[in-house]
Amino acid sequence: MTRHSPPPPTMGCSDAPVLKERGQHEVFCGLTGIIWLHRKMQDAFFLVVGSRTCAHLLQSAAGVMIFAEPRFGTAILEESDLAGLADAQDELEREVDRLLARRTDIRQLFLVGSCPSEVIKLDLSRAAERLSARHGPKVRVLNYSGSGIETTFTEGEDACLAAMVPALPATDQRQLMMVGALPDVAEDQALDLLGRIGIDNITVLPARHADARVGVGPNTSFALTQPFLGGTHSALERRGARHIPAPFPLGEEGTTAWLRAVARDFGIDQARVDAVIDAPRARARKAVAKAADSLAGKTVFFFPDSQMEIPLARFLTRECGMEAVEVGTPYIHKALVAPDLELLAEGPVISEGQDVEKQLDRCRTARPDLTVCGLGLANPLESEGMTTKWAIELVFTPVHFYEQAGDLAGLFSRPLHRRDRLKLEAAE
Amino acid sequence: MKLSVWTYEGPPHVGALRVATAMTGLHYVLHAPQGDTYADLLFTMIERRDHRPPVTYTTFQARDLGSDTANLFKTACEAAFDRFQPQAMIVGASCTAELIQDDPGGMAQTMGMPIPVIPLELPSYQRKENFGADETLFQLVRRLAEPMQRTDRITANLIGPTALGFRHRDDITEVTALLEEMGIAVNVCAPYGASPKDLTRLGAAHFNVLMYPETGEAACRWMERELKQPFTKTVPIGVGATRDFVAEVAKITGLDARLDETRLRLPWYSASVDSTYLTGKRVFIFGDGTHVAAAARIARDEMGFEVVGLGCYNREMARKIRALANEFGVPALISDDHLDVEAAIAEAAPELILGTQMERHIGKRLGIPCAVISAPVHVQDFPARYSPQMGLEGANVIFDTWVHPLVMGLEEHLLTMFREDFEFHDDAGPSHQGGAHARREATDTPAQDAPDEAGNVIWMDAAERELKKIPFFVRGKAKRNTEAFANERGLDEISVDTLYEAKAHYAR
Repeated sequence: MTRHSPPPPTMGCSDAPVLKERGQHEVFCGLTGIIWLHRKMQDAFFLVVGSRTCAHLLQSAAGVMIFAEPRFGTAILEESDLAGLADAQDELEREVDRLLARRTDIRQLFLVGSCPSEVIKLDLSRAAERLSARHGPKVRVLNYSGSGIETTFTEGEDACLAAMVPALPATDQRQLMMVGALPDVAEDQALDLLGRIGIDNITVLPARHADARVGVGPNTSFALTQPFLGGTHSALERRGARHIPAPFPLGEEGTTAWLRAVARDFGIDQARVDAVIDAPRARARKAVAKAADSLAGKTVFFFPDSQMEIPLARFLTRECGMEAVEVGTPYIHKALVAPDLELLAEGPVISEGQDVEKQLDRCRTARPDLTVCGLGLANPLESEGMTTKWAIELVFTPVHFYEQAGDLAGLFSRPLHRRDRLKLEAAE
Repeated sequence: MKLSVWTYEGPPHVGALRVATAMTGLHYVLHAPQGDTYADLLFTMIERRDHRPPVTYTTFQARDLGSDTANLFKTACEAAFDRFQPQAMIVGASCTAELIQDDPGGMAQTMGMPIPVIPLELPSYQRKENFGADETLFQLVRRLAEPMQRTDRITANLIGPTALGFRHRDDITEVTALLEEMGIAVNVCAPYGASPKDLTRLGAAHFNVLMYPETGEAACRWMERELKQPFTKTVPIGVGATRDFVAEVAKITGLDARLDETRLRLPWYSASVDSTYLTGKRVFIFGDGTHVAAAARIARDEMGFEVVGLGCYNREMARKIRALANEFGVPALISDDHLDVEAAIAEAAPELILGTQMERHIGKRLGIPCAVISAPVHVQDFPARYSPQMGLEGANVIFDTWVHPLVMGLEEHLLTMFREDFEFHDDAGPSHQGGAHARREATDTPAQDAPDEAGNVIWMDAAERELKKIPFFVRGKAKRNTEAFANERGLDEISVDTLYEAKAHYAR
C-alpha cells in the first residue's frame, strides 16, 4: 500500500447490509450495449428483433452515430408477425438474407432479443441455428437477449459475451483472457503492460474481428475489466477457465491491484511487476491529484445505471478523497465486486435495484455535492440546484487503466468546476 | 418484419408522453417494461426540460410476468396518485404490455380513483407517435370538455402544440400575438401548458385554431361536432398563409382582418437584388405533412425556388401531400423509410433540401445544403432564441434559415467567375461554413470524381474537362442527363459535342 491510498478499512463494505428496492427503474435496457459493442467488433452486425420502441431507443441512445452506416438495426415486428408465430421464422430469414446480401463484410450476426420478442416467445436460438446453417461458415449467427425485462444497460454486453463463450474453440494452452469491451486505446495499454510484465499469451473477449483465434479451456485464467460480466463469468467457468478475482482497473490503485492479481496468477514476482508499473503509476497519481483537489471532501451519490458504481465509488473515495453517501447499482454480483467492496470504507448506503421516487427523496435529503445519474434525471436535478454527472459517459469514454485515471477523475470534477465558474444568478 | 435503422416517428406511447409532458396537473401511468424510461431523456435532453416528464412506468421485469404485472400496475397507479396528486390521469400500455394483455384501462376504472382516469388504446404495432399524440389529446378533450356559455369577448383555443414539437413554444407566442391584433384572446392553449381543469373550459371559446393537424385534428373535429366550434384550416406558416389565416379568422369571427406587417421583412429581402440568384433554385422538401405543405408554398411563391420533389413520412397526411405534389407537378413521396428518401433526393439532385434531422444527414452525405423544417429534430433545433415558424416573425426566421446554407449571391457570382482560381473554386464551399472551405491543391491531382463507366459510356478527356467547368451544384444532374442521352442514342463515348447536345436536349 502506498501513502496515496489509505489502508483498507478492516471490513470495508463486504458485509454491509444491502438496501434492496423495487419499483420504477429509471434505467436503460440491455439493447443499449449494442451502441458500443458494434464499434468494438468490427465485422459484427446486431439485429434487434423487436418493436418500433426498440428502434426508437437505439436511435435516441446512438444519437448522431446512427448515420455513419452503423452495423445495427431493428427488425420491427408488425401486426402480421404477432398473428401467427409460424411465419415469424420465415420473415426473419428473409430479412437476414436481404441484410447479408447488402452487407457482405459481415462475419458475425447477433440476433438480439427484446421484450416483445421474449414475450411472444419467438425462438431466436432456433432462428440462429437455422441461419448459421444457411450462411455458414462465412457468417456465424448467434443470439442473446437485451430485453428490458431481463437485462439492465451494461448487462446487454454480458449477455452478448456469454452467448459467444459456448461457441469458442477449446484449447489447453496456458493463457490469459482479458474479458470486457474496452475502447481500443485502453485495451492496447493493458496488453502492453501485461506483455512487459511477462504474460505473452493473451486473448481478448470480445476480439475486434471474428477470425481472431480466441480459444478457452482448463488452462485459461481470465480477468474481468468490467464488473457487469456475471453471466460471462459463469459461462467461462463452465468451460473450465479460472477467474482471477481483483478490484477493477479504475484509477491508479485499481489498476495496480488488478495487474498484481493477474501477475500472481501467472507466478510472476512482484519486483518485475513493479519495475514495469512504477512510471505509469506515478503518472496516474499525478494526474489524479490535479482533479482530486476539487473533489476532496465532497459527497457523492450514485443512482443505479451500469454496475460500475461500486468500483467508481471505491476510486472516488480512496483516490480522490470524496465521501460516498449512497452507492446505487442495478445488480450486485458479490463474487465479482467483493474486492472493491472490501476497499470501500464503511458508511455509504449500498442499494441494489431501484424505486426511483424514494431514491430521489433520499438524494434530496442528503443534498450531495455531486450526483451520478442518467440523462432522464440529470437536468431535473440540476434545476433543483444539485450538481450532476451523467453516468452513461463513463461507459463510452476511455476510463480504465493508468493513463486514463486522470481523465476519469476529470469527468467528476468538471461539473463541479462548471458550477463554480457560472455566475448566472440574478443580482440581488 | 421490416428492417429499420432510423425511424421518423417513435411508438404511439411516445406521442401520449408528448401530450402529458406538455400539460400540467396530468399524470401518465404507463404499463411498460424496464428500459422504456429512455423516452424521458427526449424531454430532459433534447427539449432541455428542467423537470421529469409526469410519467410513472410500471417497469415490470421477466420475473413479474404472469399474474404479478397486473398488481404492479395497480400499485403504480396508487403510488402515482398519492405522490403527485394530479387533477386527472391517463393510463395505457407500451408495445410489450400490449402483448401481455393486462388491460390497464379496465383495471384503472375499477380502482375508484377520485379523479378522472382516461384509458388510452394505442395500437403499437400499427400506428406511430403522431397518432399517439392526436389520439391522447382527443381522448382527454372528449372526456373533459363540455358545452358551455361562450366568453363575452371573442376567444379562441390553440390546439395541437405539444412537448417535443418543432418550434411549438414560439409558434404559440406568435399566433397569440396575431390573434391579439385582431382583438381575439386565447381561451385555452392545449395541450401545451394546459391542465385538465383548463380542458374543461375549452367549450367557452368561440372557435379553435388548429395549429398542427398531426397532433390536434381529432380533438378539433370532435369539438366542432359536440361543442359547435369551427376550427381554422389554414396553418399560418409563410407570408401568404399568414394572410390567409387572418382572413379565415376574420370570416369565422366577423372581425376585421387586421395584420400589422411593419415587422415583416421576408418580402423585401426576397425582392432585393441579392436574392435574384435564388430564382429557380431546385429544392426537395420532406418532413411532416403540415410543414411540407407550408414550405412548398413559401419555396415557390415567396422565395422563387423550383420545387423538384416533396413528400412526408406520416401517412395520416398522405392524401393532402399527394394532391399538393400533383399541383406542383412533381412525384409525391410518402414513405417512412429513409433509404427511399435518400434515393429520391439523389435522383432529383436538388440544390437545397428542406427536411428533418435525417435529411440534414442525407444532405451531408450527398454534399447538398439542407435546412431543417420539421420534426424529428435534434437538440440544436430547440434553440434558446425566439424562432417561430408561424406568423410574420416566423417568415423572417424562415428566410434566414433557408438562405443561410446556400452560398450568398455575391459569393456565388465570384465562384462562377473565378472558378479556376485557387480560392474561388467549386469545392471551396460557402465561406461562412468555415470547416468546409478547402483550398485547391497547387498541383492538379488526377480527377477523383471522374465519371464512372456505368452504362458502358466512356467520357473522353475533353468532355470530362468540360464537365468540370459546369458549376458543382448542377454537375451531377448534367452528368446523369448526358449519360442517359448517350445511352438512348447508343453512343459509346461522350465528347464535348455530346455534352452540349444533351444540354440542348434537356433545355426547357
